[in-house]
Amino acid sequence: MSVPAVHEFGYWWHRYRRTWRGTAVISIANPLLFVTALGFGLGRLVDERNSAYLHGGSYLAFIGPGLLAASAMQMGFIHGSGPVFQSARVGGNYRAAVTTPMEPSDIFTGHLLFTAFRATLDSAAILLVLLVFGAASPAALPGAVLTALAFATPISAYAVSTDRPAKLSALFRFVIMPLYMFSGTFFPAEQLPGPLRALVWLSPLWHGTELCRGSGPIVIHVLVLLALIVAGYLAGRRSYTRRLTA
Amino acid sequence: MSAAVLVERNLMIYKHTWYVLLAEIFEPILYLLSIGVGIGVLVGSVTGVTGGSPVRYAAFVAPALLATAAMNGAMNETTFLMFGKLKTDRTYESMLATPLSERDVALGEIAWAVLRGTLVSLAFLAVITALGLVESPWAILVVPGAALIAFAFATAGVVVVTFLRDWQDMQYIQLVMLPMFLFATTFYPLSVYPRPVQLVVQWLPLYQSIELLRNPALGVLSPRILVAAVYLAAMGALCLTVAVRRLGRTLAA
Amino acid sequence: MNHTGALVSARGLTKIYEGPPEHVAVGGIDFDVRRGEAFGFLGPNGAGKSTTMRMIGCVSPRSGGELTILGHDAARDRRTIKARLGSVPQDDTLDTELTVEENILIYGRYFGLRRDVIRERTDRLLEFARLTDKRASRVQDLSGGMRRRLTIARSLVNEPDLLLLDEPTTGLDPQARHLLWERLFRLKQDGVTLILTTHYMDEAEQLCDRLAVMDGGRIVAHGSPRELIERYVTREVLELRFPLDRHEQAAEKARGIGERIEVLPDRLLCYTSDGEAALEEAGRRGLDPLTALVRRSGLEDVFLTLTGRTLIE
Ligand SMILES: Nc1ncnc2c1ncn2[C@@H]1O[C@H](COP(=O)(O)OP(=O)(O)OP(=O)(O)O)[C@@H](O)[C@H]1O
Ligand SMILES: [Mg+2]
Repeated sequence: MSVPAVHEFGYWWHRYRRTWRGTAVISIANPLLFVTALGFGLGRLVDERNSAYLHGGSYLAFIGPGLLAASAMQMGFIHGSGPVFQSARVGGNYRAAVTTPMEPSDIFTGHLLFTAFRATLDSAAILLVLLVFGAASPAALPGAVLTALAFATPISAYAVSTDRPAKLSALFRFVIMPLYMFSGTFFPAEQLPGPLRALVWLSPLWHGTELCRGSGPIVIHVLVLLALIVAGYLAGRRSYTRRLTA
Repeated sequence: MSAAVLVERNLMIYKHTWYVLLAEIFEPILYLLSIGVGIGVLVGSVTGVTGGSPVRYAAFVAPALLATAAMNGAMNETTFLMFGKLKTDRTYESMLATPLSERDVALGEIAWAVLRGTLVSLAFLAVITALGLVESPWAILVVPGAALIAFAFATAGVVVVTFLRDWQDMQYIQLVMLPMFLFATTFYPLSVYPRPVQLVVQWLPLYQSIELLRNPALGVLSPRILVAAVYLAAMGALCLTVAVRRLGRTLAA
Repeated sequence: MNHTGALVSARGLTKIYEGPPEHVAVGGIDFDVRRGEAFGFLGPNGAGKSTTMRMIGCVSPRSGGELTILGHDAARDRRTIKARLGSVPQDDTLDTELTVEENILIYGRYFGLRRDVIRERTDRLLEFARLTDKRASRVQDLSGGMRRRLTIARSLVNEPDLLLLDEPTTGLDPQARHLLWERLFRLKQDGVTLILTTHYMDEAEQLCDRLAVMDGGRIVAHGSPRELIERYVTREVLELRFPLDRHEQAAEKARGIGERIEVLPDRLLCYTSDGEAALEEAGRRGLDPLTALVRRSGLEDVFLTLTGRTLIE
């Protein structure tokens, strides 16, 4: 880690200290409300029927880690899109940062480190409540953080070079939301009809969800997420440099 | 009706950005598909619907998603978009320099929100009919129903927007809307809750909105439809009075 | 003042912005604008010009006093009054998502004009604003000056009797400015009454028949540009510029030259009937300016005298 990146981390940390209350509400309350409504409410309907797909487990225990991974993805999107886009605009914080000894790649690294820090903190808070509900295991934390970064890194790389915020909301609507609905968060992916079941392998969220549940070939899931992070990081170093030194 | 010209303006804007409306029904349709192939399989059919026979889970959820879409569309128009016009774009300043009054602005924006809510609900109705999720011809009642829901929430949105100070405040709206979406019997029948909780949930405007659409969509013609309609009409009328007065004061500062 | 024949008449007009903190933006002003004239408000930033304009435009309710516009009370008959007003606010309030042409169309619709009537006027308005080849462009893609021109064109769509222009030419290039002056002059000839604010003294001198100078929410002087110059300043001005480190010291030394001295951050202005004599006097006192200039006094001097920091001898 190059030292200048610490400055960028510091900038975001400083902002966070002023606004953490508001952001915590959105990123933590949101998944917890879902767990309560779906795990307990809908869970009663599901558990009554006792579907073979759940292998005897409760719906709450199924959906807990699923929502943890899904909210990690959302964190990755939230931190990797709006703030990056705003900062890269004329007058944004990146514009001020490049006039200091920091290089665009330091800015990228520093911001990502902060995202990782936020994702760890918020995921841990969610996980804590899930533990109380008996709806997840502590081992799910690294999976959640990896998932957040697997989204934040490539999304930052894209957001820094985009010219219109509408593109980011389109990304959310047409990529993030469909992933959210069909990556094994709300129901086991084995339930999907044949060809879709193969497609789910392409979904990074599915790998994250499986990691949080501790099911399937763990090494492969980790490798997929790491590959995304590395690819996103390489792309981001280039796109940050191109945008901020143009 | 000089307020009608606001509808005209919005139509002009959406002529450029019509895809926003398409995107608005994209999300409930995603939910529906996810439920159809996914959660529906886990749940099977729902038996807790009062006065009705067991129904497929997707058919149970579809009208609730429509009610939510009508609510969100209307609220989005009169809170998020209206706040932008008030504070950032200052759209209303240019209108108030013309013979239009603050009252015209309030009525016009609400009328537009109702109109677009109706349009979105028609599109959604077409989709769920195509997916075979409509159980009864009475389902056609969901169109005026969605318009009424849009009216109640659009007026409520105008009241709310007059209290907002900055963009940060917008998240408090989310903080109310999301739990309402999750707990107002969207995904499971009221009977899941213990009795005291039921009494609370029944007072939620979204619960009444869902009742208004779900009963006719499932072919259950119960007096609860009437109760819900009266509830929402009263809410809309009350909010309308307050909205016109408060927005007038906000704009004339 | 004469009440009859006034198109706009204000008595004790007051605007208090309810705080916190409560702020008196306009503190009880009187003025009359006659039919067919061009009336200007001058004054430093925050003087209350825009607030006054917004009250005349019936978009901001007054807190006290009387305000009659086109024979109607500004609070009671807003709709009737606004139908006959054209208004160019200080900050553009265009619909940025719409095209140039659509902006004029929808604005005309706010006045209840028929679409074909608006279409017919649009061509002329766009030509006047030199935006004909931009008619299908979105406003968000226009430059600042183009937006300003569009706002001005738009304000004419209802063929108003009274046109309110709050700093109309701020941000316009010289050509556009002169074109606007010419157009406003013609509107005036056609009987349209103009009320405008400006920070450009040449504009005020060129366009306005009468002026009111505002400061701190009050009118501190009014009259025609010529009257104001005669009343408040001498015929000539001697302008002296010194190195900044000697500026203060020179100001002390210059005391008593001419009738009055105005100390600006970068210059000294000596008001006098004979500029050359004052320059000689400065030489005798051993003042050694970097530059010295004798010129006729103008509205800017009136402005500085009335609203600036002065050393009166
Ligand atoms: N909406 C408002 N709320 C509170 N105070 C206001 C508001 N608008 C203006 N003011 C205050 O009223 C005073 C007069 O403002 P106004 O805009 O009328 O000045 P102005 O003469 O037009 O100045 P400028 O030359 O800068 O345009 C200022 O002190 C300003 O801060
Ligand atoms: Mg002003």
